[in-house]
Amino acid sequence: MLSKYNIDPKYKAIVIGGSAGSFQPITKILSMIPADFPLPMFLCLHRLKHVRTGFEEALSIKSSKKIAEPLDKELIKRGHVYLAPANYHMAVELGNSISLSTEFLVNNSRPAIDITFESASYNYRDKLIGILLSGANKDGAAGMKRIKERNGLTIVQDPNESMINAMPNSALAVTKIDHVLTVDQIIEFLLELDKLLKNQTSLP
Amino acid sequence: MSLSLDPEINELKQLTHYVKEKYDYDFKEYAMSSFKRRIKRILDLYKFKDVDELITALDTREEFFEEFISEITVNVTEMFRDPTFWKALKEHIIPNIMLNHNKISIWHAGCSSGEEVYSMCIMLKEMGMLDKAKIVATDIDRGIIQKAKNGVYSAKSMDTNKKNYLRYEGKFALEDYCREVNNEVLMDKSLVENVSFRKHDLVQGSSFSKFDLVLCRNVMIYFNQTLQNKVLHKLHDSLFKYGYLAIGSKESLIWCDIAHKFVVVNNEEKIYKKIKD
Ligand SMILES: C[S@@+](CC[C@H](N)C(=O)[O-])C[C@H]1O[C@@H](n2cnc3c(N)ncnc32)[C@H](O)[C@@H]1O
Repeated sequence: MLSKYNIDPKYKAIVIGGSAGSFQPITKILSMIPADFPLPMFLCLHRLKHVRTGFEEALSIKSSKKIAEPLDKELIKRGHVYLAPANYHMAVELGNSISLSTEFLVNNSRPAIDITFESASYNYRDKLIGILLSGANKDGAAGMKRIKERNGLTIVQDPNESMINAMPNSALAVTKIDHVLTVDQIIEFLLELDKLLKNQTSLP
Repeated sequence: MSLSLDPEINELKQLTHYVKEKYDYDFKEYAMSSFKRRIKRILDLYKFKDVDELITALDTREEFFEEFISEITVNVTEMFRDPTFWKALKEHIIPNIMLNHNKISIWHAGCSSGEEVYSMCIMLKEMGMLDKAKIVATDIDRGIIQKAKNGVYSAKSMDTNKKNYLRYEGKFALEDYCREVNNEVLMDKSLVENVSFRKHDLVQGSSFSKFDLVLCRNVMIYFNQTLQNKVLHKLHDSLFKYGYLAIGSKESLIWCDIAHKFVVVNNEEKIYKKIKD
């Protein structure tokens, strides 16, 4: 099989963070992911605090996946896409569940990408892929650093392509980023990963 | 951001064990992810090198324990948080309770600094029912209860509160219930005249009375599933049959063993009704 990104099949989950300018990229990514993509994905996107409804639907429209905001302590399921709800931080909890929290704003945000990323990396260790998209602040940089420290894989959207590049650039400034990719390449990466994981499970 | 190292699970266990033994507070079944962040925050705030140093501080200075409790708990709250929830109370739940009662008893479990309680009192006052209500508001954190009693908030926090009140479509303006002095907002104390603010621990305390309506919003999210289940039993015990329970908009009862003793009244706003003793 043609392998462009040389992906290790060890990964168990994906976290994606984004802020200003990330709506187009994320909808594009979600629209290209096959319905049976096996890994759970956790999306933490900065959003209006008081608008509780509509975002799940907006993200789901073009995707073959159902994007859903989890309830507190919901069990994590294979291939599900979880979206951090408005005004709550979303963390991966021990025991394969999701915890929500109303703690203080982190990096001026709730949900904060750092909280989702750090908690996921704590639980998935080296089996986590972190993807950081366009955005106007430094949220997510510390989380990416943590993912890298625990030998997970880090990807940022190419700052040249990002509508607002402060977020990818902050991550690039604090830690080693494995891949700097355009949105199309991120999709290519995920499709390669998808094939790899499916081939692997079909082996005896 | 990261001054101290991330506390490890075994260190956190050691700490919760110690706190239980020495102070008889039980955090063993709190949700690990947020608990860990709180502990890390305390380490950074007080410049403790590790959890051991924190335990030493708790051991040598008993007066530090109240501060510790204040830091462990997440007290972030808003007036009229989730305006649509308050609308549902105003339009459906309260009128329903009043169909066959002339009084109403309400428990705010985990009331934090009191914003939720003031919201309730403002709502009831606008409905002309404040004098018919008996309200108890409790929290585990003594410091935050004092703050709730004082009813003094930062002027800055009022921005969110005012926006929420507008979305709730209250009758007047939030400014009518408070006055601003030196960047602080003093709530009209007569609103909470009949509210009893008390310290109560949902984990170790028992159910102490029965109510028509219990609000326990964004409190159980800090507990693990086992503890949520135990606490739900206490909330159930604290409700009259056909009384209402409201939890946070992203919480759920479905994984608790007595879920079948409730029916969903409003799924969006997470309002339930007790149908079985
Ligand atoms: C995020 S606040 C919720 C405030 C308000 N109900 C709301 O929804 O905005 C959570 C509160 O639960 C309290 N709490 C935590 N553990 C508790 C316990 N074991 N018993 C009683 N209250 C507790 C905390 O002190 C904190 O004030």
